[in-house]
Amino acid sequence: MYSDKVMDHFMNPRNVGEIENADAVGQVGNPKCGDIMKMYLKIEDGVIVDVKFKTFGCGSAIATSSMATEMIMGKTIEEALNLSNKAVAEALDGLPPVKMHCSVLAEQAVKSAIYHYAEKNGLYFKELEGFDPDADEDHHHDEESCHI
Amino acid sequence: MRKKVYLDYSATTPMKKEVLDEMLPFFNVQFGNPSSIHSFGRDNKTAVAKAREQIAKTINAASDEIFFTAGGSESDNWAIKGVAYALKEKGKHIITSKIEHHAVLHTCQYLEKEGFEVTYLNVDAYGLISLEELKAAIRPDTILITIMFANNEIGTVEPVKEIAAMAKAHGITFHTDAVQAYGNLPIDVKELGIDLMSISAHKVYGPKGIGALYVKKGTKLHPLIHGGAQEKKRRAGTENVPGIVGFGKAAEMAFEDLEGHMESLISKRDRLIQELKERIPFMHLNGHPTKRLPGNVNICIQFIEGEALLLSLDMVGIASSSGSACTSGSLDPSHVLMAIGLTHEVAHGSLRITIGDFTTDEDIDYVIQQLPPIVDRLRQMSPLFEKVKGGN
Repeated sequence: MYSDKVMDHFMNPRNVGEIENADAVGQVGNPKCGDIMKMYLKIEDGVIVDVKFKTFGCGSAIATSSMATEMIMGKTIEEALNLSNKAVAEALDGLPPVKMHCSVLAEQAVKSAIYHYAEKNGLYFKELEGFDPDADEDHHHDEESCHI
Repeated sequence: MRKKVYLDYSATTPMKKEVLDEMLPFFNVQFGNPSSIHSFGRDNKTAVAKAREQIAKTINAASDEIFFTAGGSESDNWAIKGVAYALKEKGKHIITSKIEHHAVLHTCQYLEKEGFEVTYLNVDAYGLISLEELKAAIRPDTILITIMFANNEIGTVEPVKEIAAMAKAHGITFHTDAVQAYGNLPIDVKELGIDLMSISAHKVYGPKGIGALYVKKGTKLHPLIHGGAQEKKRRAGTENVPGIVGFGKAAEMAFEDLEGHMESLISKRDRLIQELKERIPFMHLNGHPTKRLPGNVNICIQFIEGEALLLSLDMVGIASSSGSACTSGSLDPSHVLMAIGLTHEVAHGSLRITIGDFTTDEDIDYVIQQLPPIVDRLRQMSPLFEKVKGGN
């Protein structure tokens, strides 16, 4: 059911861990729904110089987290904000339809981390307009939204 | 070659060689239609009768109380809809439990749309129904009580004899889904007081696509499939003769040494539970410690998710299952794990290992050796585990 790439990123995930004194930390998902992604970024001069993640979730949640970290490593903040869930899924040679929500979580984890970074440093990114880092949490009061 | 260990016997079992040998001639050599008058037909009518007798013997039923179906789900559908339609003038109330197989639950939900009323009994933390709650749920218009013999996920064995007695005292028909219990526990339908019972061949080392419904003589039951005169006009359709023959043989073999089978499974099961408990912190057993199916191990491993566990186990050749939402294709974890009161996050980390006749002590050792490092690896990745390590 999973592509070889998904299995590879699940069995050998890249950039697992935490960054001490990270410049940006974002967490999305909910244990009730069975997936939580936490992303740590080290940012220098607007460039993501290091990224780590921790994920509680199924195989594709772990694989999409891993792939997302690879895709934003060394990129500018703007480039990272333009990372779409589709791009993550495509980079993994596709995900089963019921697992597409995992790639959405990966995109949101990156955005959530940068949102908090922007807030802390008084920065503005047009890509974050309308992004609510807590939207996911709110939705979870309604069980139907567990899987996007 | 990579080691392969099958530990999903509750999903299905491998067919025994003796069963296959018994079936093979019925595909091409002895292929007659049992309804035909000629010798090809007559021989197969005899073969079907023999299998019916073999199965009846294992549950202390008469052979004309055994009706062949296409499997456990059909038997459940037939029993529930069949009683509902036959007794709808008498009443429209059905009692079942919250932890039934979907073949029972979805059939009951269907009947609700048809105007029947259904009470879904709660279960306690072990998955046992309460006889007091059952008694309180009985109404003058209750026509059917359907409670499973043993649960397919957590293995809990329900107090079937007491339920049957209560049903009888109130003149209510009692059906039990014994798909998991059959061949794993002694079942005497007369002694237990069962009116209708669903069983399936592929859970007892027989072929897939064949099951049976035990129907106690005199039980009012509407037919589900209309057509020919097969199964005393109650279940039409040309008999699945190879399947029926295989079921008969598998049933006979399953009961040759039931006690030995149970003892062997229970000892492996309990060793596996014990040794995993010693090696994996934040793990607990779901279901009842002793009132459980001999081959069932169901555990929750906190801070990790079930599908990730299954995939990791599959990578080392171990086949098992989980009640996590990600494996069910639905939004929620298994209804059984919810009914025993687990939180969503704990239920997501469930793992079901079911053992059977071909499971060896080495297989158990292999799981004991492989599972803890897998749990460890996934926990190292889990943001939920950080907090625990931090002592919060």
